[in-house]
Amino acid sequence: MKTGVFICHCGLNIGGVVDIPKVLESLSDYDSLGYVTDYRYMCSDPGQQLIKDAIRDKGLTGVVVAACSPAMHESTFRRVAEVAGLNPFRCEMANIREQCSWPHRGEPEKATEKASAIIRASLEKVRRNLELSSLSIPVTRQALVIGGGIAGMQAALDIADAGYKVTLVERLPYIGGHMAQLSETFPTLDCSQCILTPKSSEVGSHPNIDLFTNSEIHAISGYVGNFNVTIRRRTSYVNWDVCNGCGLCMEKCPVKRDSDFELGLAKTKAVSIAFPQAVPNRPVIDSEVCRHFTHGKCGVCEKVCPVGAIDFEQEDTFVDVKTGAIIVATGYDLHPKTKVGEYGYGVVKDVIDGLEFERLNSASGPTQGEIRRPSDGKIPKEIVFIQCVGSRDEENGYPYCSKICCMYTAKHARLYKHKVPDGQPYVFYMDIRAGGKGYEEFVQRTIEEEGVLYLRGRVSRVFEENGKTVVFGVDTLSNKKVEIYGDMVVLATAIIPSHGQTNLARLLKISTDEWGFLSEAHPKLRPVESLTRGIYIAGCAQAPKDIPDSVTQAGSAAAKVLALFSSDTLSHTPEVAFVDEELCRGCGLCIEACAYDARTLDVRRGLAVVNEVLCEGCGACQVACPSGATFQRNMDTAQVMSMIDAVI
Amino acid sequence: MVYSYFPGCTLRAKAKGFDSSALASCKVLGVRFLELQEWQCCGATFPLQIDNSFPLVSPARTLASAKKAGRKLVTLCSACYNVLKRTNHVLREDLDKREKVCAFIEEDYFGDVEVLHLLEILRDKIGFGSLAAKVVSSFRGLPVAAYYGCLLLRPPDEVGIDDPEAPKVLEDFLSSLQCQPVEYPYKTECCGSYVALRPGELTVSPSRLIVESAKSRGAKVIVTSCPLCQFNLDYAQSENVARGEKAVPVVYFTQLLAIALGLGEEVLQFDGHIVPPGLIFQAAGVGGVGA
Repeated sequence: MKTGVFICHCGLNIGGVVDIPKVLESLSDYDSLGYVTDYRYMCSDPGQQLIKDAIRDKGLTGVVVAACSPAMHESTFRRVAEVAGLNPFRCEMANIREQCSWPHRGEPEKATEKASAIIRASLEKVRRNLELSSLSIPVTRQALVIGGGIAGMQAALDIADAGYKVTLVERLPYIGGHMAQLSETFPTLDCSQCILTPKSSEVGSHPNIDLFTNSEIHAISGYVGNFNVTIRRRTSYVNWDVCNGCGLCMEKCPVKRDSDFELGLAKTKAVSIAFPQAVPNRPVIDSEVCRHFTHGKCGVCEKVCPVGAIDFEQEDTFVDVKTGAIIVATGYDLHPKTKVGEYGYGVVKDVIDGLEFERLNSASGPTQGEIRRPSDGKIPKEIVFIQCVGSRDEENGYPYCSKICCMYTAKHARLYKHKVPDGQPYVFYMDIRAGGKGYEEFVQRTIEEEGVLYLRGRVSRVFEENGKTVVFGVDTLSNKKVEIYGDMVVLATAIIPSHGQTNLARLLKISTDEWGFLSEAHPKLRPVESLTRGIYIAGCAQAPKDIPDSVTQAGSAAAKVLALFSSDTLSHTPEVAFVDEELCRGCGLCIEACAYDARTLDVRRGLAVVNEVLCEGCGACQVACPSGATFQRNMDTAQVMSMIDAVI
Repeated sequence: MVYSYFPGCTLRAKAKGFDSSALASCKVLGVRFLELQEWQCCGATFPLQIDNSFPLVSPARTLASAKKAGRKLVTLCSACYNVLKRTNHVLREDLDKREKVCAFIEEDYFGDVEVLHLLEILRDKIGFGSLAAKVVSSFRGLPVAAYYGCLLLRPPDEVGIDDPEAPKVLEDFLSSLQCQPVEYPYKTECCGSYVALRPGELTVSPSRLIVESAKSRGAKVIVTSCPLCQFNLDYAQSENVARGEKAVPVVYFTQLLAIALGLGEEVLQFDGHIVPPGLIFQAAGVGGVGA
């Protein structure tokens, strides 16, 4: 056994604190040491070459690289070892940066001593490391996308266009998400429907996309490359395979209800298609209001349907699919205005939120695109936009910025001014955040050329008085209290994760932040991956973002999936737990201890079994096992004890 | 139910009716108030300078005295309630200030006396349901506007006894006396506060907005739990009274309570009020006192 030690200075990161010559000297009494050297940047090409040469020339059988955290460069140096003909699992990192020179910057002597101890412990580990080879896992080359908004659609199309099958699951009866509700989009003011509809119909007709709308994820199991998903297709009481979308049922249905798509600003029927361009263009019966279900009689739709598609007996169905990768793109909701006391708790009729204003603006909306206020249908002559309602307000909402409100408020004010030229829009803002291509220019034009009055300050109260919507606020630039007896108020309410996202995250075993947004594996370098391998995230499910960013992230998630599908097998680290069948007595304590569901009990043989693909090698089972039957490969008890001995 | 009672200066000077009507009503409701042996000014305003602990001394003395009495401390005036509760909060949370203040007053007090407002006792201990059952002369749907002002509600995490944006404790109280609570947008707006000590329009105008808004929504009476609010809202209507125009009496909630419980005018003491509250008595059918 000849082990080499390679000590990295990491510039001054390590070298400026740890006395490296002294560390080299302290290792001189260590037996079976084949080679010791140091270098300024071990991860650089010459540094790597140094290791390769030493392995070949000195015939090393193990390598310890004393440098940074294994999370940083373990894979780099293991690759180097492999190239030089060494089994990569005989190469270990001794972390003398994050766990030594950085925290002990002020005490160089102790740091030097500690660096030496860490290296000795790693030497002990390498001495007993086995030569392992990576595990291989088969990959099902089909993807699942959860959420059919712009992000989910984009991701599905990108994967489908590359030739792989995609299952797209959407909770609502139609795809398109919130983008389908928007009127125009910033900063170009192109019509949202016009750019969305071609994409929706492409998704609807793509031969590689299996579309499940009005559906939810019911259960999920498995792991990267091999997920088993059960989709619950909620009943629509309409046989969509037979239905031709003629709309006769909607026309004749006698029951009216508030339209969810129109956010309650218009009525629809108990049997309805959300909007005329909906994909798929198929109706759903709302059993909570349908007279057949509430009164036990009616059935008008059933009588008028020319193809006999109405089926009151239809039940939820469950469909199982196998998939290799999952993209979660579940989108957002708005912070409910009913939670904002100072702006009337949603009781004042002419206080609406941004999405409702989108519907009022939309040519296909409840007012055919005319700006008319909800209370009496009058055209508002003075309109007040309030930004940051719930955003950047930890006390009453959320500390984060919702990112898109500065832009859409400027868009709203401008669209209003185009439609009501003699009207006066006001915007209350904290500061304008218009980072994005063409964004700042758009806002500046709105302020300078469109006659929109921007007031820097907050609004303390909104109430109704004699048919007016009264706004009390402050302009902090002139230091004056502002009172506006306006006609309508639009709140830029905070973006929050869509309802049910927390439950879905729990089902998928992926983590969320404290507000419920999905956590990415690394905020900068792995922004579309979750911490669970094989599950990717895109769009507002991860954080508030606009359409271009959602599309970008969706494309990026799709690229990650395609990379996963580039081979029909995957490799997994062999440094996982295994069970000595002679010693195991099948007590099952390790199964409780395992956080990754990587263990099962073989009842017939009375033994614990490890699913090596799911095992993350955390070692919890090794601690829990009372019989000493569980070991972790290359981190067994003897290794750990000898490492401790080396340190103390 | 026995509580220590802190009346505060104003209730022994300009707002005697608040004090006497509350004490008499509580007697009927079976709540005993034992006035603190030693109390002094609450401090009147809570100090907003973070490096100034001196204004905490006076309320801290009162709180320490309440601790010795060994009972929960009740007060009526919104300002006293605000200052005592916030001082208590500081002495509980800010160890430096606690040490400084306690050393100065030579007491060992760490913010552990519970400070209550009479409204909390009515709502949480007696309950508005049981209160309604004790009403002997009902107001039979008299439209009354509740005026909260700032001090009873803010800051919400230190003092607030209710939702600071849409409070309803006074409205629920009014309903239990069979008054008709009037909803109006100004019920938590500032009355102008101490600016009233200077003559002129500055306070009169915010107070007038409050009164006009309540009036325009049909209020015949305004109730409050703050002597300063009472004065400001009342005073803002002096010209209307002088000209013989319609004005809205501004009274303490305990004065309505006393009338509803059938107590006589000797406990009401409306003498200082500018707008004559006679109307209230007509509504309750107890004669034309004070009209």
